[in-house]
Amino acid sequence: MTTEVQNVQNDGKDGASSSTVAHSYARPPVDIAESEAGFTLFADLPGVSKQDLTVRVDGDTLVIEGILTAPTPERMDLIYGEAQFSAYRRQFTLSRELDCSKIEANLKNGVLKLTIPKTEEAKPRRINVALS
Amino acid sequence: MAILFRPESEILSDLERLQSYLQQASRFTEPSDIRANPGATFPVLNVGNTPDTVEVMALAPGLDPKSLEITIDKGLLLISGVRKSELTELDQRVSVYANERFSGGFRRVVSLPEDVDPANVQANYANGLLRVTLSRRESSKPRRISVN
Repeated sequence: MTTEVQNVQNDGKDGASSSTVAHSYARPPVDIAESEAGFTLFADLPGVSKQDLTVRVDGDTLVIEGILTAPTPERMDLIYGEAQFSAYRRQFTLSRELDCSKIEANLKNGVLKLTIPKTEEAKPRRINVALS
Repeated sequence: MAILFRPESEILSDLERLQSYLQQASRFTEPSDIRANPGATFPVLNVGNTPDTVEVMALAPGLDPKSLEITIDKGLLLISGVRKSELTELDQRVSVYANERFSGGFRRVVSLPEDVDPANVQANYANGLLRVTLSRRESSKPRRISVN
């Protein structure tokens, strides 16, 4: 079962699609926090614009992919390159209590924020103790 | 024997520290500038040369462009600023499972060649990518001298 939250469809002018381009991948750093309502995930994806970002859930695996586009002038010689990759990819295994159909994704200034709520049944519930 | 009674979180944090030391040590296998500090890994930099400009690209997501400080002084390009962690803005009762992203103050320095004109610099920030374009002085570009 695949739920696509956002889609990468990058058809080149000569008909080549992005899946035929070989990328060197970097693992983006993430911050993950869990609250009673669900999970919040922040990922650093600098250089990725909304159309080059893919967030999808395959079964219980969350996959985050993005393609780095950095406009560079034509005749540039790289003399110092700490970043020599062209794409980001990271995946996570989600637990079953998460409601994957309600994931919210927000991309701003290269930071992806994902909010993954828990299903209603999985949220902690207080049980009232009756005194008899 | 004492190690048996250490809480699990302490052992894991030692391993994490070891892992981050190893990551930083393996990052710079090429000879690097004397000012390049292996501990300063945010933002990640690429520097390139074109015939007319020097291009500096920094991977710096999540910054407010107005809080970025970019200065040129004595042939050095300095990029500095502060990045706040989004985790501190969440509810206090969250459990944090991963805190890999950099937060805090940062400072990166790039030494520039002599022919860069400090008055002719442009900076652009989009999608978390900071690009600084420094143009070279007109007078220092190669000139063809014709022979009479």
